[in-house]
Amino acid sequence: MSKKKYWQSFGELNQTQSFQESANKEFKEELLPLEDLDDKGILDAKTPRRDFLKYLGFSTAAAAVAASCEVPVRKAVPFLNKPQSVIPGIANYYASTYVNGGDTISVVVKQRDGRPIKIEGNELSTITNGGTTAQAQASVLDLYDNTRLRYPMQKDGKGFKEVTGFDAFDKMVEAAVAGKSFALLTATVNSPTTLAIIKEFIDKHPGSRHVQYDAVSYSGMLLANEACYGKKAIPSYHFDKAKVIVSLGADFLGTWLSPAEFNNQYSQNRKIKGEKPELSKHFQFESMISLTGSNADDRYTHKPSETGAVALALLAKLGGAVTAPSLADSKLTKGIETAAAALVASKGAALVVCGSNDANIQVIVNAINEAIGANGTTINWAITSNYKNGIDADMAKLVDDMNSGAVGAVLINGVNPAYSYSDSKKFKDALAKVVSVSFNGTMDETTELCKYILPSHHWLESWGDAEPKTGYFSLLQPTINPLFKTRAFQTSLIKWSAAAGSLVNDYETYFKTYWSAKLGSLDLWEKALQDGVVEPATMPVGGGAFSGAKVAEAAAAVAAAKGGAVEVVLYQKVSIGDGAQANNPWLQELPDPVSKVTWDNYAMMSPAMAKSLLGLDVMNQEGGKQSDYEVHPEKPVVKITVNGKSVELPVIVLPGMNAATIALAVGYGRESADKETTSVNIGRSAVGAGKNVYPLVSFNGTNSYSSVATVEKTGAMYPLAQTQVHGFTESRPVIYETNLKSFTANPEAVLEKITEEKLAITANDSKDFVKDATIYPDFDKPGIKWGMSIDLNTCTGCSACVVACTAENNVSIVGKMQVQRAHEMHWLRIDRYFTFNSDNHEDVDVVFQPMLCQHCDNAPCENVCPVAATNHSTEGLNQMTYNRCIGTRYCANNCPYKVRRFNWLDYTGADSFPDNQNPMIGEYMDESVLQMNDDLTRMVLNPDVTVRSRGVIEKCSFCVQRLQETKLEAKKQQDPTMVRNVKTACMQACPTHAISFGNVNDKESDVYKIRNVDQKHRAFYVMEQLHVLPNVSYLAKVRNTDRHIGVEEEKGGEAKKEEKAHA
Amino acid sequence: MSRYRKIFNRIFTSIFLVVLLSINNQSLAADGAALFKANCASCHKIDKDFTGPALKGWKDRVPAGDWIYKWIENPAAQNDPYATTLKAKWKPVVMTAFTNLKKDDVDAILKYVDDWAPETTTAPPGGEPATDNSLLFGILTLILALIAFILLQVNSNLRKLSDEKEGVLRTEPVPAYKNKTYLMAGILLLFAVGGYFTINGAIGMGRMQNYQPVQPIFYSHQVHAGTNQISCLYCHGGAQDSKQASIPSVNTCMNCHKSISKYEGPDKLVREDGTAVDGTAEIEKLYAYAGWNSATKTYNPDKNNDGNPDGAKPIEWVKIHNLPDHVYFNHSQHVKVGKQNCQTCHGNIQQMPEVYQFSNLSMGWCVNCHRDTKVDFYDKENKTGNKYYSIYEKFHKDLKSGKMDSVTVEKIGGTECQKCHY
Repeated sequence: MSKKKYWQSFGELNQTQSFQESANKEFKEELLPLEDLDDKGILDAKTPRRDFLKYLGFSTAAAAVAASCEVPVRKAVPFLNKPQSVIPGIANYYASTYVNGGDTISVVVKQRDGRPIKIEGNELSTITNGGTTAQAQASVLDLYDNTRLRYPMQKDGKGFKEVTGFDAFDKMVEAAVAGKSFALLTATVNSPTTLAIIKEFIDKHPGSRHVQYDAVSYSGMLLANEACYGKKAIPSYHFDKAKVIVSLGADFLGTWLSPAEFNNQYSQNRKIKGEKPELSKHFQFESMISLTGSNADDRYTHKPSETGAVALALLAKLGGAVTAPSLADSKLTKGIETAAAALVASKGAALVVCGSNDANIQVIVNAINEAIGANGTTINWAITSNYKNGIDADMAKLVDDMNSGAVGAVLINGVNPAYSYSDSKKFKDALAKVVSVSFNGTMDETTELCKYILPSHHWLESWGDAEPKTGYFSLLQPTINPLFKTRAFQTSLIKWSAAAGSLVNDYETYFKTYWSAKLGSLDLWEKALQDGVVEPATMPVGGGAFSGAKVAEAAAAVAAAKGGAVEVVLYQKVSIGDGAQANNPWLQELPDPVSKVTWDNYAMMSPAMAKSLLGLDVMNQEGGKQSDYEVHPEKPVVKITVNGKSVELPVIVLPGMNAATIALAVGYGRESADKETTSVNIGRSAVGAGKNVYPLVSFNGTNSYSSVATVEKTGAMYPLAQTQVHGFTESRPVIYETNLKSFTANPEAVLEKITEEKLAITANDSKDFVKDATIYPDFDKPGIKWGMSIDLNTCTGCSACVVACTAENNVSIVGKMQVQRAHEMHWLRIDRYFTFNSDNHEDVDVVFQPMLCQHCDNAPCENVCPVAATNHSTEGLNQMTYNRCIGTRYCANNCPYKVRRFNWLDYTGADSFPDNQNPMIGEYMDESVLQMNDDLTRMVLNPDVTVRSRGVIEKCSFCVQRLQETKLEAKKQQDPTMVRNVKTACMQACPTHAISFGNVNDKESDVYKIRNVDQKHRAFYVMEQLHVLPNVSYLAKVRNTDRHIGVEEEKGGEAKKEEKAHA
Repeated sequence: MSRYRKIFNRIFTSIFLVVLLSINNQSLAADGAALFKANCASCHKIDKDFTGPALKGWKDRVPAGDWIYKWIENPAAQNDPYATTLKAKWKPVVMTAFTNLKKDDVDAILKYVDDWAPETTTAPPGGEPATDNSLLFGILTLILALIAFILLQVNSNLRKLSDEKEGVLRTEPVPAYKNKTYLMAGILLLFAVGGYFTINGAIGMGRMQNYQPVQPIFYSHQVHAGTNQISCLYCHGGAQDSKQASIPSVNTCMNCHKSISKYEGPDKLVREDGTAVDGTAEIEKLYAYAGWNSATKTYNPDKNNDGNPDGAKPIEWVKIHNLPDHVYFNHSQHVKVGKQNCQTCHGNIQQMPEVYQFSNLSMGWCVNCHRDTKVDFYDKENKTGNKYYSIYEKFHKDLKSGKMDSVTVEKIGGTECQKCHY
């Protein structure tokens, strides 16, 4: 067995006493709402036997009375006039586009009986290749958000009153803004029709302007590109063409620019193909531990203030005429040398990206890319990206102009500066001085300060288009009639700028006219609408004309950057992003891939800083304090001060953080002006979730997302709901990993140990582990045998699959309090393992392992169920029958993978009595659970999947509803090959195609080929030596690094020992 | 009532079987009959005008040659004088185009129409209604129990006599009603019988066999599917595509009822309680729902711009067949893949004036059918059956070697939990 240790928490690493105690109590009964039961036995308990009998009698009688009530009369109401395209019970799919600010992903919307219920990636889009993100997956829930505004409103004293009609609203606004100069404040707009409409509007109202504002800005890049290439734009990146990738703090797999696109590109070169596989080599230099950094082959940390110095050092090593300031950290310096050497070696197939918003640093990065031949190869200036256009200085000027009166009226669409602007107070003051109209869909921090509100449609209700890359279009079409009295933002602009008697006075007509003219005919327009994308046949690739004039100036500015003893870096989480979707409980409950924390933001710091600042010595086995830190949800709170603004946040200690850096996530701490109304206006999921750290952003020409800070202990504690501490492997090996060199040399070595171990426990010298290592019989799978394969090499941990699973399978939201009690319901989780990659126990590698029900053919859970509620199908599915389950939880206890979930409380409101949940709210449950049980929110439920009630176990079903649907279609068409079309929700959502699924009995299926032909040396089952015979196989991870990893590391270690013995 | 219904059902089943058998005997016209029912019967009757003209005597009316084939293939395109007069007569209804019907099919239908003769009333069924034997068994059991009790008493008295004779002194025997053995036996019996009924009652909770609610419109399946022979799938098209068979939308009803505004059928419309129903008044109810003005034969104008005629509203039918929420049932699986008749589960719906729930829709009922029903298994040699099942290699081997004689739904996993519960 490999001696390399993979661990999830410091407690597991050091095997502290409190960790072991907590591990032994799987269900943590002391946290359950059963306070009346103690250890004294039922007779001596606070509830004695007589009471028990009384309750028993009463509940039996009550159940009998309730059950014998008359069966309700149900109505079946058919259509009055059935549309031809609708067959009740059959889903329709429409191509559309997920847009959120500048984020753009081509999608296909699953619409069931008129309701959009699931988002899938559009495989026709060459940009994403069918991939999605967690945010795109979750956005369907935003459509049914009960905080959405339902009609146009105008300010009335402190509150708002409804405006009865759109015409009345138009007249009112017209009167209010007469003679004033306009400013249109929007998020990045990459819709060609919207831009045309905005232009017409501006032309009609001279003196007006359009300002694009991004909550998390990329203006440093835009300005640097203007300086170097003469274009204020962002080029297209080709991670798929790069053999060496160096990222300076850019979280391109998580949140940077277009993660779905980059995940797809990145994974192309992370797949093991053929006899002599080649992998891209990925270096990450960063201050915090990001999702992208977790996937890097080699990773180095530095202070945020040193980003420029690292870039300069890299440029200097590549032969740039700059002198780099010296870096104290010798490991970092060595890393820069290695990275520079690798970049030089792969000139023309290398790429350097940088996440900094400092124009000077980006100029240096441009110079680096020029030096390594990236311009025109991995960086494409022929096609620019249009994801982010906001320039920070424009916004600053707008705020000044509003304050000075130069701008008289502001129309706000899709942005929330009152929350996300660095100097929000100044913005709020300025907003009070102008006539303000908001088109935002909810009563957010900005909208509640506006005078007129005309909510725009949700994107699922909208027509529209987007141009994520120049020449690459993606169209939107409505998949549901607007739920509320809303009007498209574009329609308002058209109405407010159209000449009297104009024929086109709504956006739908404008859009249709524009596109049928552009494409040439109505037929082509309809085809484009059906495909969802309009793209050129091949992507032109070209470089930009580079001017290095500004490099010296930028180098000087960068070299002058001053650091501090403690620095803060702000980042976005893959779940909440910039905070626009903060009221989405699916995203709030999605554990951060690295920290595994839900529902909050927090201060991430290194073990070293935790030790010096708080006295938490998590790396040390002795002493009680550090183990308590991990076992209990309460975490110490620290106060972080930047430029006189301070925020108090709980601490999460993570390995891999830079020792002097604290990382804080933006997007949290949404709050109405009147705190009391937050849960009504902003939402029940957003209220109380974290603190707003946007005020820590500083502006000096561009927004800076890192600063020197001071930090102090407060003595307070704050509970965080972290999921990582719930499942344990009991030190069994679950990950197999090696490096590329040793894998190419001997592919079998990576799984050698486990193969030997399996043979050792197989009886009769047989080689058939399946049949001869057990006393149980082997059952036939005569037709189909379902199987899944997950490639640990291409899984980046992005978590799109987790949200997709939640949406597809009606997985309930349990709220922060229940996550703290380890009661989260996710059927699919992504386990994050750390492992030390150096002897000094400082640097870590991270491995992500999606973990779901393994559908074991010899399943330990099935044998222990007293009522046979879980059993095996002839297709290899481990079936869970909710209506038969009596909730003993023996199965969950006996599951080695800890993937079974128990409905401790009535999370879904599925129990027969209404208001069952209300008494639990506040004490055991959060309001967000109720939010999911609203009539409106429940429209998102998948009607093909049972909504589970309290007291039953549930778990991954391999999306059995999809398997059944595919099989039925294959039977109807009498074509068994159609079974190959089946896709589980997680597989379909995955932007890197790390998951394959299919019929293992079919030798032409992907999953059969992966296991037995293409990847046979890497395919393993987790804990297969237990002979549970899982149906989910994993492919061992191969890192492209020179460090020793896994098996090779051990052998290397032994060799070293021998050397020592000889000496 | 339900007992009588059972008897009626059996009678009806017998009639149905007899009719079916007699149809099968007329093998020449069988094909045409099926095609006629599936394609034509929803609008045409043979002996009288319906939504479309009566088909009897078509030969004498239509132009000779292949006019009839052209007309059936695409009625809208025909502009010859006869076609024009025909269209004018039946305005606004235009016959649907049947491009899927080949010449042979049309010939078969026409032959069926020509050969058709009005049905003579079917003779009453000869079979005696089956009797329930449980009463008999119950009485027998009681008699046997009584005899056993008497014998026991006799035995006890005899022993007493013999004891007295032999001078053995015994205590007075305990009378039967105080005898603990009898009492215990009685209690156990009560417990068993009571338990049996309680459990049965509990299991049956929520099951609604024979549920026959009053519907907003007295819609008679007997008139539509029985007498007028409209194919079930004409209205319940979802049954072959979707999980729901679905109740037809009002516009589907109006396809025919635009021209049929009076009920003049042969069947007497009678409610379950014996009261007569005015069919024409029921059609008027439909018109109210559809927003159709039967006087002007037009839809009401759409003044409120909701996309529907003013006054139109969907019909709120009472749902009869209710499955619990945790059951997944798919009609198309059974109708299209399993090729089951509607009547298998819904009973002789074509003879029901008012629909009631025929089967108990319990899990045992489903599972029993899955155990017995054979799938349309693929025969590799003759290339017949559903090719999907070609993947079951083991079964193919077993069938060939004679280990298995047929493949039932159960064999391919049809009784596993997650086929219906997920």
